[in-house]
Amino acid sequence: MAGKCHIVAIGLNHKTAPVEVRERLAFSKEDTEKVLEAMQQNAYVDEIALFSTCNRVEFLVTTPDPANAVEAVKDFMAEFKTTPRHVFESALYVRSGDDATKHIFCVASSLDSMVVGEPQILGQLKESYAEACDHGTCGVILNRLMHRSFSVAKRVRTETGIGDHAVSISYAAVELGRKIFAELDDKAVLLLGAGEMAELAVEHLVNNRARPIFVANRTFERGVELAERFGGTAIRFEEIRDYLKEVDIVISSTGAQQYVLVRDDFKGLMRARKNRPLFFIDIAVPRDIDPEINRVSNVYVYDIDDLKNAIQENIDERKQAAVKGERIVDAAVIQFRNWFQGLEVVPTIVGLREKMEQIRQKELKKTFGSLDSLSDEDRAAIDTLTAALVNKILHNPTVFLKKNANKDKKSIYLEITRKLFNLDDFEGTDSE
Amino acid sequence: MGLLFGFTIACYIVSSLGYQGYILFQKRLVYRISNIVLWVGFICHTGVMITQYLESGHIPVYSLYETLSTFGWAVIGVFLILQTKFHLMVLGALVAPLATLAVIIASILPRPQVELAPFFQGLWRTVHLGTLVLGNAAFAIACLVGILYLIQERTIKDKKQGFFFRRLPSLKLLDSTGYASLIVGFPLLTFGIISGIVYAQMVRGQFWSWDPREIFAVITWLVYAALLHERLAVGWRGKRAAIMTIVGFLVLLFTFFLFFLG
Repeated sequence: MAGKCHIVAIGLNHKTAPVEVRERLAFSKEDTEKVLEAMQQNAYVDEIALFSTCNRVEFLVTTPDPANAVEAVKDFMAEFKTTPRHVFESALYVRSGDDATKHIFCVASSLDSMVVGEPQILGQLKESYAEACDHGTCGVILNRLMHRSFSVAKRVRTETGIGDHAVSISYAAVELGRKIFAELDDKAVLLLGAGEMAELAVEHLVNNRARPIFVANRTFERGVELAERFGGTAIRFEEIRDYLKEVDIVISSTGAQQYVLVRDDFKGLMRARKNRPLFFIDIAVPRDIDPEINRVSNVYVYDIDDLKNAIQENIDERKQAAVKGERIVDAAVIQFRNWFQGLEVVPTIVGLREKMEQIRQKELKKTFGSLDSLSDEDRAAIDTLTAALVNKILHNPTVFLKKNANKDKKSIYLEITRKLFNLDDFEGTDSE
Repeated sequence: MGLLFGFTIACYIVSSLGYQGYILFQKRLVYRISNIVLWVGFICHTGVMITQYLESGHIPVYSLYETLSTFGWAVIGVFLILQTKFHLMVLGALVAPLATLAVIIASILPRPQVELAPFFQGLWRTVHLGTLVLGNAAFAIACLVGILYLIQERTIKDKKQGFFFRRLPSLKLLDSTGYASLIVGFPLLTFGIISGIVYAQMVRGQFWSWDPREIFAVITWLVYAALLHERLAVGWRGKRAAIMTIVGFLVLLFTFFLFFLG
């Protein structure tokens, strides 16, 4: 019989490796192409996919010889990235069999992500898989494994609601904005000051089609620069109060020591605005917006702590959802294992024989039932005849499957055999 | 109580519970089923009213029993129409129980024999009471939306991103739905009052008699007129508009019962 096939995942992620190591080992798209082409030549590697993001590098291989395959991958990483093995070896994890399956399912479902439940990872994984498919490095097993991981991820997402609520400050701001304005389309945004988090929030709003964007900065030039980035307009800091009549969302992040806006600034303002709601996101510390302003009708003021509290609940909920998600993953791992074990030669041949025997017995019963006139000898003869037929029919396929020469394509032949004879009963319900 | 009417009430109860269940568990299937059950109930209710009309020869808005039942029907009807435009899924959890309550009370009320007025007077009376019932239904929904608005506004102001924050729709949607309901209700109320005056003139030969009921009818009208005027003129919206909508409906309810019980 050909050597048993193993699934192995080798990788490192944000939990095992610091960013210095991750950035040294990250594989760009061009790198990935080269890696796939090179690794395909390796004798120990049958199928391979490579998945690399800023938070993780994952090699997924199938191999007849796991120990040597792992060594090969490590050597290759060291050589390709001209990084000595000792730099990254301690950060690497190696998972095989069910553990490898579970790992890739968890990665796809974003249960292993830095921000659990973040949705980008599935897209990234799909891209990597497409890349591997383009280079023909995925065979029956990885194809199946990846497709399963996509559907598991989808199930986890829809059944646990893990990605439903914002867990980042800027996303929370968008979510709140939606609860006030329903849609952010054409909502005017004013950015006061500058800063990474504030700019990120503006970007998020722009992505949600908020416009126009106004930027007010103490240094007008800096304001112009930022405004250009968002396709907006720079205004002078002294003009803020005039623009409060126009805008819907204000994101504030100045270095001012005092409040930039106080309650007195709102006298008559809401009437001039025809009471249209106004939403302040105050990211600055010390705060820019007097919290008293929150008491003005149709004005909502959220400071950095409010936003943090808003997402904390969501983070806690994601943790609970993750537990549920893991249950879904565990069930999927067992399902996959059943399929994978069936891909061995012996179980397939046994399955084939059992299926034939079942058919034979059923047909015999039918025939005997309708032909009462048959003597016991006749019956025995027919029984022998049918058994011989089955044996003769199955002889060539059995020999073919057992032949070592087919080793390379073993899993393909096994898969085809199982499909042709419908040996996997669960196939019907287990669609992707 | 007729079999069909009983079935209608059962449908309303089931869909009321379903809408509550949807708020709690957020399962879309529960919402869809409740919606279908409500439609079934509404169609049956319509059937009941047609039967009543054929039997009695007048639109069922004369006695308190008839009016409450018709009010429940109109509330559901207005809600179902609004639903096609605004998709305020949680609103059902308030609207369906309100209509259910109205219909249940109607079902246990006595059914006095209504003496029929001469044709022309009867027509005015029907128009008068019919438009008022429809207007009341629209205002009832405006009031319920106002309540939802106040809850959601509170959670956002108090920064409590909990149960209600997630389940209730945006302030904007609540505000526009409330406004739409007012816009539908106000002309109906206005026409209802005018036709009432005409009817009074016909029956009593006097269109205005300083009856407290008449005075309250006008007060109700003024409350809504003020609210709408402020909305159009200075963009009165949000919390104050929501409170006014609720106050307006309370005055309206008072007037309503004054007419039937007073």
